[in-house]
Amino acid sequence: MKVLVAVKRVVDYNVKVRVKADNSGVDLANVKMSMNPFCEIAVEEAVRLKEKGVASEIVVVSIGPTAAQEQLRTALALGADRAILVESSDELNSLGVAKLLKAVVDKEQPQLVILGKQAIDSDNNQTGQMLAALSGYAQGTFASKVEVAGDKVNVTREIDGGLQTVALNLPAIVTTDLRLNEPRYASLPNIMKAKKKPLEVVTPDALGVSTASTVKTLKVEAPATRSAGIKVKSVAELVEKLKNEAKVI
Amino acid sequence: MAILVVAEHTNAALAGATLNTVAAAQAIGGDIHVLVAGAGCGAAAEAAGKVAGVSKVLVADSAAFAHQLPENIAPLVAELGKGYSHILAAATSNGKNILPRVAAQLDVDQISEIIAVESADTFKRPIYAGNAIATVQSSAAVKVITVRATGFDPVAAEGGSAAVEAVTAGGDAGKSAFVGEELAKSDRPELTAAKIVVSGGRGMQNGDNFKHLYALADKLGAAVGASRAAVDAGFVPNDMQVGQTGKIVAPELYIAVGISGAIQHLAGMKDSKVIVAINKDEDAPIFQVADYGLVADLFEAIPEFENLV
Repeated sequence: MKVLVAVKRVVDYNVKVRVKADNSGVDLANVKMSMNPFCEIAVEEAVRLKEKGVASEIVVVSIGPTAAQEQLRTALALGADRAILVESSDELNSLGVAKLLKAVVDKEQPQLVILGKQAIDSDNNQTGQMLAALSGYAQGTFASKVEVAGDKVNVTREIDGGLQTVALNLPAIVTTDLRLNEPRYASLPNIMKAKKKPLEVVTPDALGVSTASTVKTLKVEAPATRSAGIKVKSVAELVEKLKNEAKVI
Repeated sequence: MAILVVAEHTNAALAGATLNTVAAAQAIGGDIHVLVAGAGCGAAAEAAGKVAGVSKVLVADSAAFAHQLPENIAPLVAELGKGYSHILAAATSNGKNILPRVAAQLDVDQISEIIAVESADTFKRPIYAGNAIATVQSSAAVKVITVRATGFDPVAAEGGSAAVEAVTAGGDAGKSAFVGEELAKSDRPELTAAKIVVSGGRGMQNGDNFKHLYALADKLGAAVGASRAAVDAGFVPNDMQVGQTGKIVAPELYIAVGISGAIQHLAGMKDSKVIVAINKDEDAPIFQVADYGLVADLFEAIPEFENLV
């Protein structure tokens, strides 16, 4: 079966972002960018499905600026077969992204679409669910285990109280949680080979999708900072402070 | 216009997060209706009727809703939601699973995990793991929103007397089926609702050592959490994880034991009222957010702590 994986270019998770002085957003100039960690897990899962003989082709798609080609090349180096970049310099909301992905899904007709559960920049946790709604497919969100069995996929999901397993009819949408797998690293020969793999660039207009949004960001501020604490010397002093100063125990 | 709150419940009881979500609805202003969709959910609906501030409870009782499968529930919420100005749900794993699907069916953007209401169309939400707070405005006809429970004080669970009204429940969409679940069993308070949380990290060294934290937690009446490192190492199950990808907590007191304080962990606990860090590395980033820091070996400090409280 064909598997489609969506990846996003985001600020590297180790970067401590700073809010711009004019409160228009966070400062992304000269900041290290990477593939969103949940997307890496999605690519890894697709590659494992291919290694098991379940998936026959892995198509990786990203929506974003020209520079997102770097993340697509990374995915190709990890084992994806070909890539599609929907090039858009606009900042898109999840619904716009889901609509663009729906257009790609219509064209590619994958049996399984794997996305990360959330992007670590916008922290929305929406795109997979929205894509599932738009395409009318079942959704297996926050997956920690994925097993394709015939025309169904069994997805074990991380829920608040523990784990839940659902059986979804294919085609289906799966979003990855952290514990689904441990993503591999790209080897140098594979990085070289990835440069020769096909990468198609399309525009939202060519897909016939309008990405107009009903939500706009008015301002972005730094969170309130905590006042500096103190270091105590002993457990006795700590307990005394918690009892008499902070009055929390 | 009225506000529809999608209740979080276990069929037999209403989840605490629903009370925080009703509080957010009150901050927006308007009539508040609560939808209880489930199977045999009469008790949960009755509890919803008693919640202060709720004017009507809609009950959709159908076998198809037994396990909150989004393929079955989202069409119901989207259909009912068309008559409302806002649709709210708690940003729990269930709310996050269902609401974006509802928003896409209504062709509107969704606003995730709001922590404050500025006005009926303007909200604050954290982005970049809580390192920035965005103020967003929605012009959508129906505003679909998930609410971070720790951002709002819960309304009273008693005192209301809303009418309970049955609505026509939808059927099974035939796209998905519930297979089974494995719920972690715990007698301690629920992590996201606890007044005190004691969390352990990689410094605990193994799962067995968590018994020291359980003992301390039981003395304090606290819930026990963990960092991703402790979960990944297999010390404790994943539903105990506090952080950007785990649970967001904001207790009165958060005690971080053997946790270095990575950005992703802080995202889940830095709104706690008082933070205590116990770590043997005095340069650990956790000390930068801790109100009280103790540089000590946790295996000596925790039993001593337990004896003193």
